[in-house]
Amino acid sequence: MEIRVGMGSCGMAAGAKRTWDALSHLCQGKTDITLLQVGCNGMCFAEPLVEVIDAQGSAYLYGRVDETAAKEIFEQHIAGGIVAEQYLVSEAELSFLTKQTRIALRNCGVIDPENIEHYIARGGYEGLKKALSFADKSEIIETVKTAGLRGRGGAGFPTWFKWQAAKNSKGEVKYIVCNADEGDPGAFMDRSLLEGDPHTVIEGMIIAGVAIGAKEGIFYVRAEYPVAIKRLEIAIKQAEEAGFLGEHILGTEFSFSLRIKAGAGAFVCGEETALLASLEGERGMPRLKPPFPAERGYWQKPSNINNVETYANVPWILANGGAAYAAMGTEKSKGTKVFALAGKIKRGGLVEVPMGITLRQVVFDIGGGIQGDKAIKGVQMGGPSGGCIPESLLDTPIDYDSIMQTGAIMGSGGMIVMDETTCMVNMAQFFMDFTQKESCGKCTHCRIGTTRMLEILNRIVAGEGKDGDIELLVDLANAIKDGALCGLGNSAPNPVLSTIRYFRDEYEAHIQGKTCPAKQCKDLLTYEIKQDKCTGCTLCALKCPVKAIIGEKKQPHIIHQDICTKCGNCFTVCRFGAVEVK
Amino acid sequence: MVCQCKKGVCTAEKGLDLAPVAGIISQYGKEPGSLITMLQKTQDVYGYLPAAALSIISSETGIRLAKIMGVASFYTQFRLKPVGKYLIMLCQGTACHVNGSKDIEGAIAEELQIHDGETTEDGLFTLNNVACLGCCSLAPVMMINGETYGRLTGAKAKEILRDIRKKEQAGEVE
Repeated sequence: MEIRVGMGSCGMAAGAKRTWDALSHLCQGKTDITLLQVGCNGMCFAEPLVEVIDAQGSAYLYGRVDETAAKEIFEQHIAGGIVAEQYLVSEAELSFLTKQTRIALRNCGVIDPENIEHYIARGGYEGLKKALSFADKSEIIETVKTAGLRGRGGAGFPTWFKWQAAKNSKGEVKYIVCNADEGDPGAFMDRSLLEGDPHTVIEGMIIAGVAIGAKEGIFYVRAEYPVAIKRLEIAIKQAEEAGFLGEHILGTEFSFSLRIKAGAGAFVCGEETALLASLEGERGMPRLKPPFPAERGYWQKPSNINNVETYANVPWILANGGAAYAAMGTEKSKGTKVFALAGKIKRGGLVEVPMGITLRQVVFDIGGGIQGDKAIKGVQMGGPSGGCIPESLLDTPIDYDSIMQTGAIMGSGGMIVMDETTCMVNMAQFFMDFTQKESCGKCTHCRIGTTRMLEILNRIVAGEGKDGDIELLVDLANAIKDGALCGLGNSAPNPVLSTIRYFRDEYEAHIQGKTCPAKQCKDLLTYEIKQDKCTGCTLCALKCPVKAIIGEKKQPHIIHQDICTKCGNCFTVCRFGAVEVK
Repeated sequence: MVCQCKKGVCTAEKGLDLAPVAGIISQYGKEPGSLITMLQKTQDVYGYLPAAALSIISSETGIRLAKIMGVASFYTQFRLKPVGKYLIMLCQGTACHVNGSKDIEGAIAEELQIHDGETTEDGLFTLNNVACLGCCSLAPVMMINGETYGRLTGAKAKEILRDIRKKEQAGEVE
């Protein structure tokens, strides 16, 4: 019998460590039980997750397993042989998994990421063997070209083209770099992949090394991902011991080594030239391209930089052939894409779907719809560089070009679902605040432009918007798009532009009407007590931090508007629905 | 090289054991492009980047102090001031924002009387807003000294802080 406990960062945040401790205590001395820690299977909404595979090979997935549940499952199922139905993940919830197509995530939540044997048992390093077996190594790039793999970091540049360029560049020393600086606030695909299946990323990098003739690879990983770094370190060591890394890999002439550099927290370092500067110990500031990193990259040597998910697809493509990968997806966007589904969604987590499926299918069929069955307002894709796609466009197929047409971008895979209580002006302000802080300061357009845009947005949400603000925002946005040097600046205005495009009425309500339709912008709200509903229970008066609520016991209360700080406590605590927000 | 930082900072750093810095420099100093790594290792030791340590790195490696400060101030990971015993990293990522991280910030501020970047007078807690902790489906989230707390409410956040303070006062933690 095998027991798998999901131990990704998110699982541990939900308490998986305590579940693990309880189970390992119970399993002590039981030689017929294998207790495994696995990565995240993506069902973050039901964590901590425990999967029991019985002697017949049947798998049972238990969700929300705290210590008490773990003990009950152990006694009833593992020791007693009767499935603990009460903790099983429901059929409906399981559809979260069954409606996906998992290529990059094929091993996440299935194998022990700290054990290379598990990876090998699932066909691991077969792609590398195939790559090394090609007499003509250019067949590797041909295979990736046939697969139609495009960069999963956001821009969707054809992977084979980058590889070919790096291969063609002259020079003895070349580098393979993995961009694991997942900075988009709201995305966690790369973290989960590195935590759940580090070997597939490593294998992808080695294959890239064979293809372009590089001998050294570097992981640039966010320092905020300590678990991912630890598992990568273990995986690299195991791959070295197994002969997949080091000198004369698998008895061939090819040698390759890998090391890890921890990033230090700068969103702009997701841009490849900024990342290279950071790798060299400098401030992470982008530079003009060309020369592209494929010609002059790390230490001025030809370098190939791909995102984590891009590399994770490569071993599968080599092992199964480019055509098998290209059979999935649409004409111009092949294969699958991983998304981090979060926000006001019922079942948040990590999903991998074939390109071409619609946003609505992801949100409703896989994600189960909106929390509390509220109305969906839109989906934010691509983080601070992307845009908001409104409900009316949810039938847009997910592929690079269709998403681009909506004004958003595919991005690295953050997908934040927003409902009727999300204020779109507030969202635009949130992202502008982020990019303004993260602007490296090199280009005037980006440095000053984002600051000016943020000031305007701050005014609008504070109820001080003026006629002409929307036009001014659009003007500034276009100037920044044209004038900034790198992708961060070019795309920084996207969230503002896309919200103006689809939710202009909300901007107008803030500016002209001085109201926030979603009732989120505090400065524009008024709290009032409905006299006919108030029972005079005094709870709101007790909880009011500024004593703005007065009234006799059992008599309707009133709020002093000039004292009220609009904290919303009264609204939250009222049990009679007597507090009204206007 | 004589320490060039302001006098006030140096007084605060009196008694700081700077021996580990030499070890860090001897391990990484010769490797090109390793300034960020050295700063990270230094911060691992002290919890922040003491000015005196930066001076030593500068004089030993020949990297100008201005450049070191440039790098240290560029990246959000680096801190130039000591932090409290408990570092609260409050996630302000998109998912947390949509799910009310601002309210959590308000609750923490109310409980501890500190704002983003500040430390409580007793030196116990520092509050830092961070971009994203990558636990989006448990939003809103905060991390205290490496431990993640998810699905927060204002009340839950306050309770967690009170628990820590209680344990501290009872002397249950070192």
